[in-house]
Amino acid sequence: MMRGFFAIYYREILILRKKLLRQMASMSVAPLLYLIAFGFGMGRDVRVDGHSYLEFLIPGLVAMNSMTQAFAIAGEINIARFYWRIFEEFQAAPIHNIAYVTGEILAGMTRAFLSAVIILVIGAASGVFLWYGPLFWMSVALNSFLFASLAVCLAMLVKSHADQALLTNFFITPMAFLGGTFFPVDRMPGWVQDVLHFLPLTHAAQAIRTSAFGGVPSAVSCIILAIIGGALFVCAFLCVNQARD
Amino acid sequence: MISIRQLTKKYKTVEALKGITLDVPEGELFGYLGPNGSGKTTTIRILTGLARPTSGDATLHGFHILRESLEARRQCGLVPQTLNLDNELTVRENLDIHGRLFDMPRRERKARIDEMLEYVDILDRRDSPVKTLSGGLKRRVMVARALMHAPRILFLDEPTVGLDPAIRRRLWSLIKKIQQNGATIFLTTHYIEEAEFLAERVAFLNEGSIVALETPQNLMARLGEWALDEMVEGNMETVYFRSREEANRRVAGREEGGFILRRVNLEDVFIALTGKKVQAP
Repeated sequence: MMRGFFAIYYREILILRKKLLRQMASMSVAPLLYLIAFGFGMGRDVRVDGHSYLEFLIPGLVAMNSMTQAFAIAGEINIARFYWRIFEEFQAAPIHNIAYVTGEILAGMTRAFLSAVIILVIGAASGVFLWYGPLFWMSVALNSFLFASLAVCLAMLVKSHADQALLTNFFITPMAFLGGTFFPVDRMPGWVQDVLHFLPLTHAAQAIRTSAFGGVPSAVSCIILAIIGGALFVCAFLCVNQARD
Repeated sequence: MISIRQLTKKYKTVEALKGITLDVPEGELFGYLGPNGSGKTTTIRILTGLARPTSGDATLHGFHILRESLEARRQCGLVPQTLNLDNELTVRENLDIHGRLFDMPRRERKARIDEMLEYVDILDRRDSPVKTLSGGLKRRVMVARALMHAPRILFLDEPTVGLDPAIRRRLWSLIKKIQQNGATIFLTTHYIEEAEFLAERVAFLNEGSIVALETPQNLMARLGEWALDEMVEGNMETVYFRSREEANRRVAGREEGGFILRRVNLEDVFIALTGKKVQAP
């Protein structure tokens, strides 16, 4: 069943390696800007739940950046599909769709982990040292698995590269700003909190932040992330099937 | 052996294939000809697993394209009409990924990459990024990639489109060489001389149906051996003759330049059958 998944993963990693410096620079730009604007600019004198705002912000940026970078695999898939037409090479190969989906999702997760490491390095350079133990990385893994699966799903559904930008605007941008990256969700009015708890990033940011502060992330958040991620994985598999016209 | 039975494909309101039935025996170089939109690429897409048929059956060396799709796909190599290489990667890396997709062991992959690149005569460009290659070289890389896993059937969808005549002829030699090594070749082309030169049998496809299936020689013999193109009241008309003498009698006494006397070709057969030309895509 999984035969061939490594070929898919290996190709994505090979391409990532060819432009690693550019990619890393690009992964650093947004978090650096947020760190300067919100962390150093506005948050110097702000404390949240006993932590400095910078300490609050860094795990939030890890959640946000791992989400955007995992989702960015959709862009790579679309380039392969609509521009280079390489997707046809995969369709004509004797591999199961599940192997294709797994390879692409793992590639998205690899990008997400790389972006998380970049943020932690930027955080350390800013004097922020938190606890990055197994629970922290498990939370990053759940978050990136979910958004990489969503990326594969949507990449198969869009009909052109331009549609992809539209979907990013609808799904990712609102989540980045409302999912607890920059502010504690529990400070919002009750009904807003209820709405925000429908966003996977809210649960991911909470899990990543709690574990970075040395705590144990909420089991409910982790289960929600795992269930949504699993459902999106199945959807991704079905969408790849659908892409065979 | 390629076996196709009553294959149809509908795209919403368009019926791209209307019940194609066809057998291509092992080792044959088969030409599949037709104008744009006649269903050539759709047939190849279905046979290679890129599209699903609406109805009908097809097997590749006995493997059903839907029920045994992975084994069926393992039988074939595909050179699609559009260039579909990873431009960011090198020639070697493109072939290596193909080998991995077909589950080839590392040592076999390594040896086969060099063997195939030598076969298509671009071994010296092994480590060049694909984006630095010309269109002709990219085509040859695509052929090498399609042959990496030693397929028994090679699908070539307009393999020489956009190439200059000298490179086209070089690819023809390569295609002949591949066939001589035992592969079955399923070739679509709109270059009529390409089909005449390469194919042992050809099928003419028109609006999703096969309108003729024969050897090029037998098809052309249906019309005659010689064709006379002449202007009649402002329109070009073509008349066919069994022999040169017959044709000569027709033009006897006429001034040169008002007509062209030439051998019958496959394009004449297609026009006679359908009233259309096999146009460039």
